[in-house]
Amino acid sequence: MRYAETGYNLEIDLTRGNIERVATDPKETELYLGGLGTNAKIIWDRVPPEVDPFSPDNLLIFASGLLCGTPATGCNRTIVSTISPQTRLMAFSMMGGFWAPELKYAGYDKVILRGKSPDLVYLWIKDDKVEIRDAAHLKGKGAVETATLICQELKEPKAQVAAIGLAGENRVYYASIEQGRSSASRGGIGAVMGDKGVKAIAVRGTRDLNIARPAEFMALCNEVLDYIKFRNDNPIPGVMPILAGLGSPQEMKVHDEKWHTENFMWGNSRVRRKDFWNEEIATAWMETLDSMRTRLISCYNCPMTCGATISPPGKPTYMMKCFSKLTYTMAAFSDLEFGLGIAQSATEYGVDAFSTPQVMAFALELYENGILTDDDFPGMPADNEGRFYWLLDRIVRREGIGDVLANGTYWAAKEIGKGAEAYAHNTIKKHEQLPLKLSMLNPIYFLMYATGEKMNITQIEGQFPQAPFLKMEQREEFVKDWIQVPDEKFKQYFLDWELRGEKSIPYYPTPEMCCDIVDWQERMHYIDDALGMCAGLSSFPLKPPYHIHNYPKFIATGAGIDMDEDKLTQAAKRYRTLVRANNIRRGMRRKDDKPPKNHWKKRFPELEKELLDTYYQFKGWNDQGIPTKESLDELGLDYVSTDFEKRGIYSDDGDTPSKETSAEKKKEV
Amino acid sequence: MSGEKKMKIIKTIKIDADKCNGCRACEMICSAFHAMPKYSSNNPARARIRVVRHPLEDIYVPVYAGEAAGAECAGRDKYVIDGKQYDECAFCRAPCPSRDDFKEPDSGLPLKCDMCEGEDEPLCVKWCITDALVLEEREEEVEEEATQEELAIGLESLADKHGLQKIIDAVARMSKAKKG
Repeated sequence: MRYAETGYNLEIDLTRGNIERVATDPKETELYLGGLGTNAKIIWDRVPPEVDPFSPDNLLIFASGLLCGTPATGCNRTIVSTISPQTRLMAFSMMGGFWAPELKYAGYDKVILRGKSPDLVYLWIKDDKVEIRDAAHLKGKGAVETATLICQELKEPKAQVAAIGLAGENRVYYASIEQGRSSASRGGIGAVMGDKGVKAIAVRGTRDLNIARPAEFMALCNEVLDYIKFRNDNPIPGVMPILAGLGSPQEMKVHDEKWHTENFMWGNSRVRRKDFWNEEIATAWMETLDSMRTRLISCYNCPMTCGATISPPGKPTYMMKCFSKLTYTMAAFSDLEFGLGIAQSATEYGVDAFSTPQVMAFALELYENGILTDDDFPGMPADNEGRFYWLLDRIVRREGIGDVLANGTYWAAKEIGKGAEAYAHNTIKKHEQLPLKLSMLNPIYFLMYATGEKMNITQIEGQFPQAPFLKMEQREEFVKDWIQVPDEKFKQYFLDWELRGEKSIPYYPTPEMCCDIVDWQERMHYIDDALGMCAGLSSFPLKPPYHIHNYPKFIATGAGIDMDEDKLTQAAKRYRTLVRANNIRRGMRRKDDKPPKNHWKKRFPELEKELLDTYYQFKGWNDQGIPTKESLDELGLDYVSTDFEKRGIYSDDGDTPSKETSAEKKKEV
Repeated sequence: MSGEKKMKIIKTIKIDADKCNGCRACEMICSAFHAMPKYSSNNPARARIRVVRHPLEDIYVPVYAGEAAGAECAGRDKYVIDGKQYDECAFCRAPCPSRDDFKEPDSGLPLKCDMCEGEDEPLCVKWCITDALVLEEREEEVEEEATQEELAIGLESLADKHGLQKIIDAVARMSKAKKG
């Protein structure tokens, strides 16, 4: 018997309409855990670099994490992996909600889609019964609307539905997959789902999910629950509100947005408004949120209430997550009422709330600077907020300028030309980033931005305080019950870290220390992504309930896999390296490992070079960021080094330009 | 004909639907606790509690499994509370022929909440740290003999119908058969 996982994947060939239930190899679980780990292996095995994002041979994998559906609090994430049309690298966006546990209860760990359906369809999975059903009547419908309609027509109110909106159908490069109160947004995976002709996947499961050593596993779960209660009652002093507690973070609960609004950039990630937050705004925004927020809500088996049902006046109710609360507001220099309103349309259309507002602000900046003209915006309203709604409608329909903008700022700027590229200034690996521009280079963040292959800072940072504490007493207080550190040395790094002077950024923490810190931060995210754990209870917040010391026990008692800290660290390193290998095989090199040029005002080229060199070496990568043969073989990834050798990848000096064809253009040829 | 008064502890789960965040931890832990062996598996479809959940209508009703009903109700009513429309079945505790809730998914046998016998508190309560489910115990004065009173009323009506002698004869025959 298999524990925590079901041991079966659903393989669906959309071209032929073939459905198979395939038993998986327990050995693979031991090596790559599950979720992201086993996804990376499947992409390596079956999606070679010759396969384009919109090729029928690209796979779209919906995976539940290894511990999803078990009683482990907050373990509910679906990890969706494919090749991104925007970055042309491996995307592994994730969503919370209810879908992954439901898939487990139906008896499957993953749904693997290949081929393309000639007509728009949706999938209906109910335990043993799996159907490909016509979705012609759902064409053009909103993602949330689609979920409701499918539950109604199936007469299955308890089915969980992951759906795309118009943006996914029209292959917008930052289209999301929406589900429950969550969405898998980054990397344009919704576009791949649309390209495959799949409008939605509905799941209902009524099967048992087994636990290997029940009593021990439950004792661990109870400890975590008690610790969550403790942390809820004891927020961490001296840090901003969203970092004081647990959660992903609990943006829908928080009224005080001084920190975000004054430290993040407005518009096309240009303008910092240092004195923005005042009493009047605080009151107005609180009234807006209180009047529209019907209820704080959670994902499956989680008490954290990070989301909310929002009912903007005159618009349907929708479920909002996290930071989309502010991204539209800030891109448009508007207020919270506008932000919560347009996010309703954006959720139905199914678009990423980081990229979308930025693309629209970018377009308006090009317009203000004469690079785009009135001819590009026929019929666009004169008012600022109306323009954002108008642009959103054009983008998701790929109409006129919307067709260009639908590919994101990087590709749009290339196509527009006339100097537009200078305005697409906030991307990493062609992917829009959080609107942050800071002053002094931070060496820890430099490494995370440069090398994080999720290409999103929130998906690699966490655990280690973002800044030093002013007073030694505060630091000593903080490290007192810091049980989550993998090694005592991290406490010392933090104790010695000063705001000014010798032991301050950018030269402290030293490159060696930065390697340790970043590696720990990244490792925890990768473990979460294989287990299906929400980062909000694990890798993201300070002092989380899940950490490197209790995770091995969860895996051992839950899944029945022999596990300790070293073995878990090694497994995470294995599939983390495999993610990189997939991207290296697609042309990613050192030149791509860099934050936006203007992310910090004060840059230190020599230090940055040293940081990257040291980190590459620490990771077992060569100076091009390619995992070396030795490090691959040590991880049991000799099949990767063999492939690299066959492809001549090791002789690549990094000067060969990676493929620069937009997936959309390629498709039309 | 009043019976003896006695104090009894009544266990009540106070359900504050306004506090429910819809996470369904209650369903999960209920099914895990009642698995054989305990916690060896979980499956919310087997739970003896269910959250009736319609997020977009802001409907969240945790409801417990009660006594099975042999037949479905003749009519289905709708409740409108604070502008939200609830199906009557939303509040109903009975496993019944009209729905799948509160039945074992494989055998169809009815399920009933047992307040997690043997535990300090029902586990759904323990796991609901948003406090939508809270255990309240209260002492209540109950009349132990209430059933005797009901019996007398029943017998009286039988005596009216059949005559007292026939009832006495029947009771004598029954007690003889039991002893024999």
